[in-house]
Amino acid sequence: MSILSGHKKIETNAFLLLVLSFFVVTVGGIVQIVPLFYLDNVIEEVEGMRPYSPLELAGRQIYIREGCYVCHSQMIRPMRDEHERYGHYSLAAESMYDHPFQWGSKRTGPDLARVGGRYSDDWHIQHFRAPKELVPESIMPAYPWFETTPLNYDLIEQLLIAHRRAGVPYTDEMIRSARDDLILQWNPDSGDVDAFLERYPNAQVRNFTESTEVTELDAMLAYLQMLGTLVDFSTYEPDPTR
Amino acid sequence: MADPTKPEPIEKARQRPEPGFTGHEWDGIKEYDNPLPRWWLWIFYATVVWALGYWILYPAWPMLTQATQGALGYSTRAEAAAEIVAHRERFAPLESRLMDLELAAVSDEPELLRFATAGGAAVFRNHCSQCHGAGAQGAPGGYPSLLDDAWLWGGTVDAIHETIAHGVRYDPDPLTRWSQMPAFGEILPEDEIEGLVEYVLAMSGQPHDESLAAAHAEVYEIQCAACHGLDGEGNQDLGAPSLVDGIWQYGGDRDTIRHTIVYSRYGQMPAFGERLRDVDVRKVAIYVHGLGGGQ
Repeated sequence: MSILSGHKKIETNAFLLLVLSFFVVTVGGIVQIVPLFYLDNVIEEVEGMRPYSPLELAGRQIYIREGCYVCHSQMIRPMRDEHERYGHYSLAAESMYDHPFQWGSKRTGPDLARVGGRYSDDWHIQHFRAPKELVPESIMPAYPWFETTPLNYDLIEQLLIAHRRAGVPYTDEMIRSARDDLILQWNPDSGDVDAFLERYPNAQVRNFTESTEVTELDAMLAYLQMLGTLVDFSTYEPDPTR
Repeated sequence: MADPTKPEPIEKARQRPEPGFTGHEWDGIKEYDNPLPRWWLWIFYATVVWALGYWILYPAWPMLTQATQGALGYSTRAEAAAEIVAHRERFAPLESRLMDLELAAVSDEPELLRFATAGGAAVFRNHCSQCHGAGAQGAPGGYPSLLDDAWLWGGTVDAIHETIAHGVRYDPDPLTRWSQMPAFGEILPEDEIEGLVEYVLAMSGQPHDESLAAAHAEVYEIQCAACHGLDGEGNQDLGAPSLVDGIWQYGGDRDTIRHTIVYSRYGQMPAFGERLRDVDVRKVAIYVHGLGGGQ
């Protein structure tokens, strides 16, 4: 009965109860969370990953703004059927520069983790304009304003800085040239493409929608067409302990 | 069993032993020391035993460099890889036969044809249906139907295979199907384009201005006949569609025909040879060939 009577002290002292409850929850949290930061086999590094280019990042903001993640996941699970349909299962490292991640939790539409290069730019343009015209069974709503709305990139440097604070390794040079890089990816004639590709390897440089100014659709296509294309899976060796 | 909707009879309640008292009392409310329900307690013990077993069998406790791996050596990634290999091996005999055989000869082997058609249908639904439609019915705006017998680049199973493997006007693939119609808006004066529109309308048996059409037969012969043919029958070597079969990719009305002549069209299709396995390209070629329009 001595333990129970000791417990009475805790039960009758709200502050002590609060402190001790906090202590118990902290222990649980430490045991579950801290190992994820040091265990070798949960920190996977793969070649090819790089921070998003400014235009891709702007497209990603629109992806988040429109709530695409509500219907589309970006997380291919390690199962044969998903492998057949979407390609290689997603690696944790492939979302290492996603703040916040876009894994989603429900597939009303298909997974988009490897949608990059799967459809032509033309297809995307028509599909955003009127999804049901291309795919009659689709229940995706139309987004016709993407191609008519100029992209607002007034705060693109701040966007990169915010991501740097969250841990994305943007260099000072990347942040300084963010505005020029955004234009350059859409208009290759406006600057040094090689230097841009050195900063953002494998970025796709073109006027995606043949627009006369950078539109929201250009940013969306820059983002969608690179999704899942950075890691070369022909050279990827999975770690058996993962 | 007593009826749970009725209160417990008072005699029975009196027979129950008095529960213990924990000594806790607040404002006249006492906390009894009733035992936990048996069923609940046993399930609780069972989950504890289950957890012990789970710790031993599956990856569980974080150690210094990695978590305990578990006696079963279980890994979702290894399981997925094994499942993929097992599936491949199961169909390896049929797939290697499909790779060795001429595509045109597959229709002589019923089992192989059935396998290739079913497999091709799965590939088609995943990779082709977004443009050509789930039933291969095509979509307006340059995505041709694959059900009819009008073929831009040829409808034999080998020609279909070539188109799927290398795509259409797909720059990264040097073997891609390629041709380009000029944008005649930059070449011909406006009145000749109007005349050509009437001539094409006449060819395809639609209402048209007869005098304008007749006056522009020569323009058609000089500018268009090299690819689309003198009678507008088209040319599959050049991907030039027939203008007389009543099938239109972009639309056959006056305004759309004018738009096509002025600005031209440049329909593209990716090369699936670079993203699908060779055997899957062959399967889907056989599936498309068998849809009804194959030659």
